Amino acid sequence: MNEFLQQLINGLSLGAVYALIALGYTMVYGVLRFINFAHGDVFMVGAFSGMYFGRWLKPFAAAWPEWLFASVVLLGSMLFCAVLGIVIERLAYKPLRERPRLTVLITAIGVSLLLEYAGQLVFGAAPRGFPSLITSTSISGLGGLQASNIQLIVLVVTSLLLLGLHLIVMRSRLGLAMRALSLNPTAARLMGVNTNVVISFTFGLGSALAAAGAVFYASLYQAIDPFMGVLPGMKAFVAAVLGGVGSLPGAMVGGLILGVVETLVVGYSKLLGIPPGYRDAVAFVILILILLFKPSGLFGKTQREKV
Amino acid sequence: MGPRFLLLLSIAAVSLVSFLFTGHPQASWPLGQMDDYLLNILILAGINVILAVSLNIVNGHTGQFSLGHAGFMAVGAYGSATLTQINSKACLASLAFLGNAAPLGLFVLSLLAGGVLAALAGLAVGLPSLRLKGDYLAIVTLGFGEIIRVMIQNTEALGGARGLAGIPSQTSLGWTWGVSLLSIYCVGSLVNSTYGRGFLAVRDDEIAAEAMGVNTTRYKVTAFVVGAFFAGLAGALYAHFIGYITPEGFSFLKSVDVVVMVILGGMGSTAGVTVAAIALTFLNEALREAEQYRMVAFALLLIILMITRPQGLLGGLGRWLPGKGGKS
Repeated sequence: MNEFLQQLINGLSLGAVYALIALGYTMVYGVLRFINFAHGDVFMVGAFSGMYFGRWLKPFAAAWPEWLFASVVLLGSMLFCAVLGIVIERLAYKPLRERPRLTVLITAIGVSLLLEYAGQLVFGAAPRGFPSLITSTSISGLGGLQASNIQLIVLVVTSLLLLGLHLIVMRSRLGLAMRALSLNPTAARLMGVNTNVVISFTFGLGSALAAAGAVFYASLYQAIDPFMGVLPGMKAFVAAVLGGVGSLPGAMVGGLILGVVETLVVGYSKLLGIPPGYRDAVAFVILILILLFKPSGLFGKTQREKV
Repeated sequence: MGPRFLLLLSIAAVSLVSFLFTGHPQASWPLGQMDDYLLNILILAGINVILAVSLNIVNGHTGQFSLGHAGFMAVGAYGSATLTQINSKACLASLAFLGNAAPLGLFVLSLLAGGVLAALAGLAVGLPSLRLKGDYLAIVTLGFGEIIRVMIQNTEALGGARGLAGIPSQTSLGWTWGVSLLSIYCVGSLVNSTYGRGFLAVRDDEIAAEAMGVNTTRYKVTAFVVGAFFAGLAGALYAHFIGYITPEGFSFLKSVDVVVMVILGGMGSTAGVTVAAIALTFLNEALREAEQYRMVAFALLLIILMITRPQGLLGGLGRWLPGKGGKS
């Protein structure tokens, strides 16, 4: 039982990262109806921008308390990726808005490759160490449960970010415009919604969340490299599908479920008879199962294609 | 003489020559003795042509988007290597009646086994994926490709992550180009046949095709299976060319390589895709010095191409096969 709770904590902190990335997929899908393949690589850029910004800031922040330093790095990285996301949308996706979806998908693959290989040029191919923003300590809980303070901070800050996102989407005018756009783009435009602004805002918001996820991920696992975004990106996509693409609560729940399931499969690999090497296949098996049995996901609505 | 007859003739000629020269990769008619480097590039180009043409039937003609081609290639490579490397003694023994030709017979058998195994994998992937369209299908096929890779990585009998070495190198220039001409011929005739109109119908308007009574599911599965079969052949040829295969070599990036060939060549244009596969193979070699910049350039090219010329650089070049142009 204890071990199970332990795995649950590990799984939830990983799931929080997946959830943050998955939100970006889901939001972009909501307004543009396409899967932003490059999202996982924006996540990677988030980790590197956090690393460089953290290093640059360190001398100035010698006297700052640790939490302030960490949050400034987090916010800086989020801001950088928000701008990156908006620029990508403007340059690569905007000219293709009325084109077939396949064209946009291929472009997104192109953007993804561009970020990966340009990242390899700029950052080098070898894995780099991520500076520790917060001194890691181990916290013992009831019954000998162990959790690192970073895991707990990740869970708490993620909840705060999700709460903030909820407020933006549900209470702000831009959030209202976002929801209108995902409901019916033509009608939204007729009602005076400036679609370009809303789409840019959506990309910015999604990329900022991915950057936050990246800083957490890098703090948890410490090593970062230019291809680190590929697998978490794909797994987060699975999380988005699991929750129902287009649904914000779905992406959160999907991310958490995926993180926990993946951790449990590895943790109990002997019991289940699945070698731990199959870790990365778990997400895809889940994806195939959902698409077979409930393609609309947990919270999604079924859509029938019409002529 | 129609172009199709010419193609058949060249296939016959190449297969005859390859039969005569198997086991002597250096003896490479029709170019005589040529230096190994050029020979290797030509063989790689042939393998890439098979991959690109076979992916084109799924991505180009049928309008589905598969990102898991490397997975089928891996199935073919490992499937054939199972016969010629892992179980070579037993297999050779059972082919002893062929006498001296036993290794050659085994090679042909292993090629076929690779192709058939990959086709079965294509069937297994195709059936569940068919409920999906566009981006979803792309990600699911990508997922299947990754699952295949992870499975091989965790199978000790196949060498696991260390890979499988010591595969007899039997792929010659003749074999490679024989199979690639065969694949061009098969895909070309299939798509241009009465039956093959269904593929184009599925691509152009799936709902309309369904309303006209085209069994879209069946066409999609067929495209997957045929594409996977040839990808498996390409994988088998590759394994017996390079002699050493690792699961990493069949990763997502390999699939992207093939997708880039198909897109540059123009989706749905067999000739364009063939030219693109050959050109990119040589370009890759020429840019080996600038390896780091190569992929950045390709990525940029892909983006700019999609914005300015989505039918591909060479799209519309396929008119030499009767009745088949580029994507209209």
